[in-house]
Amino acid sequence: MIELQHLTKRFASKAGTLVALEDINLTIADGDIFGIIGMSGAGKSTLVRCINMLERPDDGSVVVNGRRMQDLAPKELRLARREIAMIFQQFNLLMQRNCLKNVCFPMELAGVPKEKAEARAKELLALVGLPDKAESYPAQLSSGQKQRVAIARALATDPKVLLCDEATSALDPNTTHAILQLIQNINRELGITVVVITHQMSVVEQICRNVAILDAGRVVEQGAVSEIFSNPQTPAARRLVFPAGAPQAELPTGRRVVRVAFNGTQTTDKPLVASLAIECGALVSILAADTRIVNGQTMGSMLLALPDTPAEAEKAIAYIRSYPGLTYEEVEA
Amino acid sequence: MSAFFASDEWQVLLDNLPNLPFATWESFYATVFSTLLALAVGLPVGVLLVAGEKDGVRPLPSWLMTLLNLVINLLRSVPFLILMIMVLPLSRLVLGTSIGTVASIIPLFMASFPFVSRLVETSLREVDGGVVEAAQSMGATPLQIILKVMIPESLPSLIANVTIALTTILGYSAMAGIIGGGGLGQIAINYGYYRYKYLIMVVATALLVIMVQVFQTLGTWLAAQCDKRLRQ
Repeated sequence: MIELQHLTKRFASKAGTLVALEDINLTIADGDIFGIIGMSGAGKSTLVRCINMLERPDDGSVVVNGRRMQDLAPKELRLARREIAMIFQQFNLLMQRNCLKNVCFPMELAGVPKEKAEARAKELLALVGLPDKAESYPAQLSSGQKQRVAIARALATDPKVLLCDEATSALDPNTTHAILQLIQNINRELGITVVVITHQMSVVEQICRNVAILDAGRVVEQGAVSEIFSNPQTPAARRLVFPAGAPQAELPTGRRVVRVAFNGTQTTDKPLVASLAIECGALVSILAADTRIVNGQTMGSMLLALPDTPAEAEKAIAYIRSYPGLTYEEVEA
Repeated sequence: MSAFFASDEWQVLLDNLPNLPFATWESFYATVFSTLLALAVGLPVGVLLVAGEKDGVRPLPSWLMTLLNLVINLLRSVPFLILMIMVLPLSRLVLGTSIGTVASIIPLFMASFPFVSRLVETSLREVDGGVVEAAQSMGATPLQIILKVMIPESLPSLIANVTIALTTILGYSAMAGIIGGGGLGQIAINYGYYRYKYLIMVVATALLVIMVQVFQTLGTWLAAQCDKRLRQ
């Protein structure tokens, strides 16, 4: 379990003190895949570096598996770090070592005998799908392959936690998908707790169970991914869930317009617009829409132009009001 | 033509031809030996300059870093000709003589180890900070980071920079000819400068040029050979 309590980190600069993290409280359960999402400069990377003390927090505490990380002596900290592996956006492989030697590296640091380390490294390269790249150098690999080697290297010391610092941000969408799947498999099969730092909502959507939204050094929302995504409360969360903003459109004159928000509507089998037409005979037009399905729930919003006769418009509004899992508001022209 | 072969210039060259191989050897070993000594001191000092920084892998007290930088800059700023004269007593103390190729190694070393330290520093700074951070995240000790990450990762650059040091020190060793340092430099200075025999001076210089070419070609080849980033 990873517990961050009242975590605060400040950086002194010429312009004054920059508060990178302020009173962060998070609990990450064993075996979870926990997302920490935020825009650039929100403090995500600083936060993840506080977990393994690459950055020392100024206040608060970091407790990993019952040990308060700040209190560890340098030697104890080095031992503790072997249980907290990390992968990076830029992979950070040793360019002058082949893949096998890269995977052996953490074991070499830990004093594992060479033959044992190499045998384990070969297993790990097979696990990440690169059994034939042992003798290749990082420069000969694609970005996705480099990240696979980095993952194999991270697993070499049998860690309990895997920190992913923007691990897929330098990869194309297909490779991102494959790497996320690999991370998910590792989480399921080895039971490793995964902390995913990202600015991409799609990454959180694909693999995380829980998420914290970081904005300007503070956690503004946290909880299960489905909850946060279905009902983002804060402006920062809304910006992340709907990067393009709420749908906008030029409003037609003479017709009433409503904005309908789906807050995790489960009834995907009963489409709203079609039901309006069939069940209440109201023909509405979709002016704009930005919806998506997350974990089987519809989220997002639509801008609907109601029928132009007032009676039918009222009927449509009554129907929308009775529809489960929706909120609506009338938009003034 | 026959007038040329009868000339003094030609005669001096002919008389000295048997000396040239040995002089070449003297220049070679004074250079290589000084470079090795300079590397033996310059490598650790260069490592300290990078690792000992405030954000380095093993921060050292800032006064120590300031002192180290000051000493290096001081030694680097004394012109080699003056430095040679200044360390004459030291050569006499350590080796019992201040004349000859072996004695020239002391001023060559004194002049080159600060230079090599700076070159090593430059090479080590080329190592990606992310890779060092990755090693730290795996629980590497500062010494492990230096020996297993910083030096191996910058090896091609280190070789290229040592080659620069080697050719520069060869130039210094020729200058040591002025104080009786031996080698090709002394032949060139003794005959060319003091006796205006330009032909032998040109030949001795040509041999130095060839040595530089050989050092540089070998160094460049070796740096490329061990650089795994270039292999596709």
